[in-house]
Amino acid sequence: MRDVVIIGTGQTKFGEKWEKSLKALMAEAGVKAVKNSKIKGEEIDALYTGCMASGRLVGQEHIGALVADQVGLNPIPSTRVEAACASGGTALRTAYLSIKSGEHDLVVAGGGEKMGDVPTERVNYALGGAGDQETEIFNGATFAALYALMARKHMEKYGTTEKQLAEVSVKNHENGAKNPYAQYQREISVESVMNSPEIASPLKLFDCSPITDGAASVVLTTKEKAEEKGKDYIEIKASAQASDTLNLANRKSITEIKATQQASRKAYEQSGIKPEQVDFAEVHDCFTIAEILAMEDLGFYEKGEAAKAVEQGKTKLEGELPINPSGGLKAKGHPVGATGIAQAIEAYKQLTGKAKERQIENPKTALTHNIGGTGATAVVHMFQKPSKEE
Amino acid sequence: MQEAIPLNWRKYPERYRLEGTHCEECGQDFYPKKNICPNCRRKGKLEDKQMPREGKIISYSKVKASHKDFKDETPYYVALIELKNGVTIFSQVVDSLDNEVEIGAEVEKVFRKLNDKKYGVIAYSHKFRVKK
Ligand SMILES: [Zn+2]
Repeated sequence: MRDVVIIGTGQTKFGEKWEKSLKALMAEAGVKAVKNSKIKGEEIDALYTGCMASGRLVGQEHIGALVADQVGLNPIPSTRVEAACASGGTALRTAYLSIKSGEHDLVVAGGGEKMGDVPTERVNYALGGAGDQETEIFNGATFAALYALMARKHMEKYGTTEKQLAEVSVKNHENGAKNPYAQYQREISVESVMNSPEIASPLKLFDCSPITDGAASVVLTTKEKAEEKGKDYIEIKASAQASDTLNLANRKSITEIKATQQASRKAYEQSGIKPEQVDFAEVHDCFTIAEILAMEDLGFYEKGEAAKAVEQGKTKLEGELPINPSGGLKAKGHPVGATGIAQAIEAYKQLTGKAKERQIENPKTALTHNIGGTGATAVVHMFQKPSKEE
Repeated sequence: MQEAIPLNWRKYPERYRLEGTHCEECGQDFYPKKNICPNCRRKGKLEDKQMPREGKIISYSKVKASHKDFKDETPYYVALIELKNGVTIFSQVVDSLDNEVEIGAEVEKVFRKLNDKKYGVIAYSHKFRVKK
């Protein structure tokens, strides 16, 4: 089967983008990615766009056609992919499969969300759609509350502390401060996290990823085509996805995310790469506890050891395993549908040596991890820099 | 945003009586209701069954920022509750003091108003309280 690669990326700055509509954000990221890839519009076979809640957030559905229209690419097929907060990751995976299968040769995978056009409680309501409407949201669940239930249990079972959770946020802000596309380009202290208002105990405001507008795009093609064009590329070594119960209550354990374990196990099998060979990872830190769970469920740390590793600085940029060099969802921002794509962009920048101030020293292998809801969908991708001897 | 009345009405058995399903083949209980037993698939025999009214708190959170339908009730407690038959459900915890809501606390089901804004009728649901 053919090898699939990413040859270019584009994104908007993440944050409050009052002046731009959803379609304008998506078009901006897409056009940047196409320019960055040095391809022509006519070469694009198809578009895949991750978007979670445009219906509730801006009253617009049919995002696939909207995007193709906005960038003047009619009549190519253009499809929206939705898997809650994992919409971007599943759009990337769908694009990957379309090339892997031989159906397409060059496609654009994008994602975006416009969250700032409605009041916060409406955003909470829209994001609630990622959980189970009938048993969770109806009874008063918010997303922070569901992750808070996981956090509380993790603290009881493994002794994880609120301060250790705060350290996740502090580390991600350190990295975000070095990312010109991040929503929050400033550092914060453990005290400011600990003293931020409680949202759903034990989670506080600065344990939560923010409300963000933004879009991101990557261009995928075959390795042969990338070589022909002589453009920097990274190889997609694995693309795996798993599902679990929509509601948290029906899981056997709430201190682990089974879908992450299953998707990553498949990804390690596909790529032949072991967790200890991964040089850095972009993981889904929608809440600080989610980064701890991801570090454990991806096989980087034993259960109960991840929080300590964060506290010891092992996941900082210069640590043994940098996690979320981009700033993660917490500092970079979390325009839901864009997140899975933005993670792949960080993989591209780091592996091609273009991450500037936050560049990790000569990384070869990256992993990205995108979650939908409380873990009902998990998507894991693995990337590698092409090896010289080939 | 108001939603259609049937959307609330058809859930009465699940919400009011905690009606789930029981598989006669493997003996496991499920809540919410299943259409197919995940253990037995086609061989399973599902029938409606009321879940137990008592259980214990597995994890909890005090919600201080909620979505628009619960604006007036905030703050409130939510919890995962393991019922006597081993089924875990998500519910609110009410009529209980801060120092009573803890992991392991024994709770019992009560019937409470949930929401009067969203469904065109007053929506009721199960909630739980810590046993005194
Ligand atoms: Zn059965």
